[in-house]
Parts: sequence; C-alpha cells; structure tokens
Amino acid sequence: MAGAVKSNLGSGRSAYRRGTAEPPFIKWTLIFIALAFALLFLLLPLANVFYEAMGRGFAFYLKSLSEPDTHSAIRLTLLIAAISVPLNLVFGLAAAWAIAKFEFRGKAMLTTLIDLPFAVSPVVSGLVFVLLFGLQGYFGAWLDEHDIRIIFAVPGMVLATTFVTFPFVARELIPVMRETGSEQEQAALTLGANGWQTFWHVTLPSVKWGLLYGVILCNARAMGEYGAVYVVSAHIMGRTETMSLRVASLYEDPQGGPAAFALASLLALLALVTLGLKTFVEWKTQRNFDLAQRSAESAKPETIRAPA
Amino acid sequence: MSIELKNVTKLFGETPAVNDVSFSVKEGELMALLGPSGGGKTTVLRMIAGLELPTSGDLFIRGQRVNDIPVRKRNIGFVFQNYALFKNMTVLKNIAFGLKIKKWKRADIEARAAELLELLGLKGLEKRYPHQLSGGQRQRVAIARALAPKPTVMLLDEPFGAVDAKIRQELREWLVHLHHDLNVTTLFVTHDQEEAMEVSDRIVIFSRGKLEQIGTPREVYEQPTNEFVAQFIGVMNTVEVEIQGGIGRLGELEFPTPGHPDGARLRIGFRPYAVQVSSDLTQFRYRAVLRRTYFLGIMLRLELELPSGLILRSRISKEEYAQLGLSDGREVSLQIRTYRVLARDTGALAPEVQAFYDLPPSVGENI
Repeated sequence: MAGAVKSNLGSGRSAYRRGTAEPPFIKWTLIFIALAFALLFLLLPLANVFYEAMGRGFAFYLKSLSEPDTHSAIRLTLLIAAISVPLNLVFGLAAAWAIAKFEFRGKAMLTTLIDLPFAVSPVVSGLVFVLLFGLQGYFGAWLDEHDIRIIFAVPGMVLATTFVTFPFVARELIPVMRETGSEQEQAALTLGANGWQTFWHVTLPSVKWGLLYGVILCNARAMGEYGAVYVVSAHIMGRTETMSLRVASLYEDPQGGPAAFALASLLALLALVTLGLKTFVEWKTQRNFDLAQRSAESAKPETIRAPA
Repeated sequence: MSIELKNVTKLFGETPAVNDVSFSVKEGELMALLGPSGGGKTTVLRMIAGLELPTSGDLFIRGQRVNDIPVRKRNIGFVFQNYALFKNMTVLKNIAFGLKIKKWKRADIEARAAELLELLGLKGLEKRYPHQLSGGQRQRVAIARALAPKPTVMLLDEPFGAVDAKIRQELREWLVHLHHDLNVTTLFVTHDQEEAMEVSDRIVIFSRGKLEQIGTPREVYEQPTNEFVAQFIGVMNTVEVEIQGGIGRLGELEFPTPGHPDGARLRIGFRPYAVQVSSDLTQFRYRAVLRRTYFLGIMLRLELELPSGLILRSRISKEEYAQLGLSDGREVSLQIRTYRVLARDTGALAPEVQAFYDLPPSVGENI
C-alpha cells in the first residue's frame, strides 16, 4: 500500500522541524526544484495537449472525435481493456492468494515471474507473440491452416495487453493479503463456511480497496499501452488501431495534428480520472490503515461484568 | 467422552510438534492445556479443530472419529489468540456469521444474537466494527461468535494472552462463570500455570510435544509425577544430593532416602511452604540467615542462606512473618517438612524428557 508508506513519512514531519532542522534555504531550494520540474515536465506538456486539442474550437474538437476511424479506435481500446483487465483481475487474485497464504516450491520464482512484464520492454513483449503466432512463428502455419488470426488482429492485441498489464493486480494484492494473514479465513472455516463462502464474505471484502487500486492501474495501462500493441497490431485503420495508435498515426498525417491532440486529450483525461480514483482509493486504504493502527493502540481492555 | 485423543502425533518436517499424545476431556469439563511456549499445546488444539491434521493417531469428538471430517463440519467453536474478528463486519454480523452460513432463519438468528449480546455484555455495541472496540470487548465478540452456532466443544487459544494483568483476573472469573452457565465442554491453551490452576477442572501439562501429566490442579501441584511438572507448577527448591548410608547429603542438609544405594546421586525437591522457619534458633535443626523478603500480596517469599552458602526459598503468610518478628539479615532456624525424590542421575540432570523418572507416591518423611 503505497499510500500507507507515504503518510507514515508525512507524520514524522513535525519531528523534523523540532529536531534536525535543515536551514530554510535548503528546504526552499528543494521545494522550488521539485515544483519547477513538475511544472516544466509534467503539467506544461499536459496543459499543452488540451490547449492544442481545443485550438480550433470545441466544434472541431467534437468533429475530430466523431470520425469513424477514431470511433472504432475508442471502441477497440475499450474492448481490449474489457477483456484483459478481468483476466488479470482473476489471475492477480489467484497469484496473490497463492503467494500470500501458501508455502510451495517455486514460490520465489512465481513472485519474480510476475514482475517480468515490468522488466521487459513492451516492444519485446509484443514481439514474443509475433514470434509465437506470426506467420513465421511456431504456431503460425497451423493457425493459418485453420484460418485463425491472432497477430495483426484483435486476439493478439488482447494477448499483448494482458501480458503487459499482468503484474498490477497481483502486486497490489500480495502485501495486503500478507498483512491480513489467514486467521480470519480460518475463523470462517471453524464457523462452518466452505471455501467459496469464505472467499466471498471474508477474503474479498478485506482486500477490496487494494484490489480496486490494482484494477485502476491495470486499466490505465491497458488503455494507454502503445509499444506491445504496436508490434502485434499492424495498426490497420478502423480495424486494429487503439486510441494510442490512432493518436500516433493521426499525428504523422500532416493534416491530422489537431485531431491527434483531440484524441490525445481524451487519453489524458483518462489519466486524470485514474489519478483522481487512485487518490481516492489511497485515501480510503490509508483511512482503514489508520483506523486499524488506532484500534491496535487503543486495544486496552476494560472492565468486564461477569454474567449474572 | 467429549473429546478424545489416541496416540496423536504431529510432525512438522522431521520434528514432532506433538508426540504420541493421548488424553480425553469429559462432557462439560473445563480443561487447560498448559506448558511452555513451543510445547505443542496450540497444535493439539488446532488438530482438534481440524485446522491441522495429525500425522498419525485418532481424534474423537463425542465418540465419532473426526480425522477425516473437515473443519467446517466438526461443529467446534474456536477462539483465536488474536480473536481474528471479521474486520469488515459489525459486531452483530460477526456473531451472526456462523448462523447465516448454517442457514438459520432470520428470526432465529436475531434471537440467538440478542441472547449472546446480552450474555456477553455486548449490548449497545451491535453496530460497532472491531476496530472500534477495546481488547476485552473484542475477545467477548470472538467468544460470542464461536458460541453462536451452539458448538459441541469450545476451543480457546491463549484466551487471556492479549490483555493486561488486571483484566486477566476478571476474565478468568468471567470464563468460569460463563462455563458454569453454559456447560459447554471447553478446552483452552495457556502458558500461565496460575491461570490454569485457578480456572480449570483438570490440567493437561505439555512440554516438548509430550504429555507430562494430566490431573486436577491439586493433583498436579501436590503429586507431580516428574521433575518437569514439579518445576513448572509453582515454585520448587531443588538440590542434588549424594547418598551415604541411606541418607542423601548436600552440605549440612540431610535427606533420608531408603532404598537408594550408597554413592548414587539424587535430585530432591521441596516446595517453599515445606520450609518451616522459626526465630527461635534452637527450635529447628538448621540455621540460616534471612537474606531477602519478597512481598507477594498476602504471602511472602523468603530467601534463606545456609552457612554453606546454599539458598532455600520459603513461603509464609504475612501474619506468621509479623508473629516471628522477622526482618532481612536476621538469623533463623528452619526445617524441611516434606520433600520428594525428583530424579536419579549422575552429574547434572539432563533436561530431556526421557531422563525423568516416575516418582513413588511419597518418599518424603519428616526429619
């Protein structure tokens, strides 16, 4: 839980002020550098996207978004996210559960493997699937015979996106599940619950915020992915172009600049919404964390009446 | 018999956590599993619940073999050491959980929950979440939750481990009352011998995965069957003596020990209450100096040093102490009224369980 860690540092702030006080100029210089950097490299480009998108007026903005190819790009992006996010949700839950609650051979290996997509360049991730399912690939001939298209088609794009967004849910859940432990589940078992009831009534509610956080990040990446999808899609206009690919191809078109920015602004908006949701979920998990902390401290027992 | 274990062994890897343990708990009994931490008592409890499976041996609940019956069908109530309340549920939902799972009717659930809230003094807290409760309240919710589906046996793992000393005392009395009212067979784990002595009908003493002794609090205190139990239950003075002419000697101390050959080394134990002290230096046989007095409430513990440097512990009441006019540094006379042969050994006594010998009922004689 990133949020928890962050605010733990934050709560130490007053201690800094009292104890190891830095000279004010260092403090202000650092703050200035950080802010200037964020402004120059983050905020300004983002603002520029919206500025360029709206440069020719709102009517043009709407018109460029309602082009059929752009429409189909939006639809395809949503479709890919709608398939790969649930897949990784299920996988993430299963993997996190296995890693957090069981001891088994190859556990360290699985934990490392989950991080693989983060370590590999997205282009390579895409290439892996081309090498497997492309015409020259291992299964290429067989797939071609049976008239199944994976590469340069939607299935390949879903595969590549799923691969790239593989780690998000699992990585968010593992620490949460570790912290929760398995005593609550055991308690449910002693009370007569079966595996499914335990999962549904006990496990899932206790990890729901971590899960949501993972899904939000997973979704953002699924919609924004470029490299891996680029390699497997051949970006055929109106058929295998996602929003990200469409932005790039529009931009390459000498006339397409403003339309590219219009679509890019949509992606940027998605990023902002994601950030907003992420902040909310962090706040929520942080609050739960604080409550748990406080209750651990205040767990002072009190007077008990013997039953009459 | 409500619970019965027959030759139960549990291996974790190569090491036995529980080693060939057999005992039974009678219907309606309140029984303690006592022993130092790591002694295997929690593992025994978890095996009865079905949360761990025995490597070998048989488990019975009300005469039915339950080895192959999963946790959820054993109908036991389990209270975890850290309570393991469902964090995302209110007190009421925690208590109702087991009933809902067992598909009780809504009206029945409400009635049962209300009954338990009343019984455990949780009224008014129905809508609170576990993090809004104190430690004692959480424990009562955990007990209420376990009791709700009317289990055949209640199993509690270190029920008073997580609360502070003052509350422990109240909780103990409260557990006894609750058990008296409900009369559910109850087995609880503790490492606190005082707690076990005070609360339970009978005690099972564990050490290193082996059952050391089983009996009423009085039996294990007065007739420990081996040195471990003698040492673990209460305080005991132990001395190592060598037999000469039928008498075990250490410094000035002499213990008649008929039946042991000359030259043998024995370990002798006696309780502090068996060391009788007098301010009249001629009244008893040995002389000693009172080095230090420990106040334990109504009783006092005395540390007495013999001329040879040997230190003995004695326990007397406040009144007796005042009557004798004792104070630290005073010279006294003392006698040892009863003692036991704990073990026969040469050299230092190994702490191994196997090194213990069964004791004859009573070897001690007044000197």
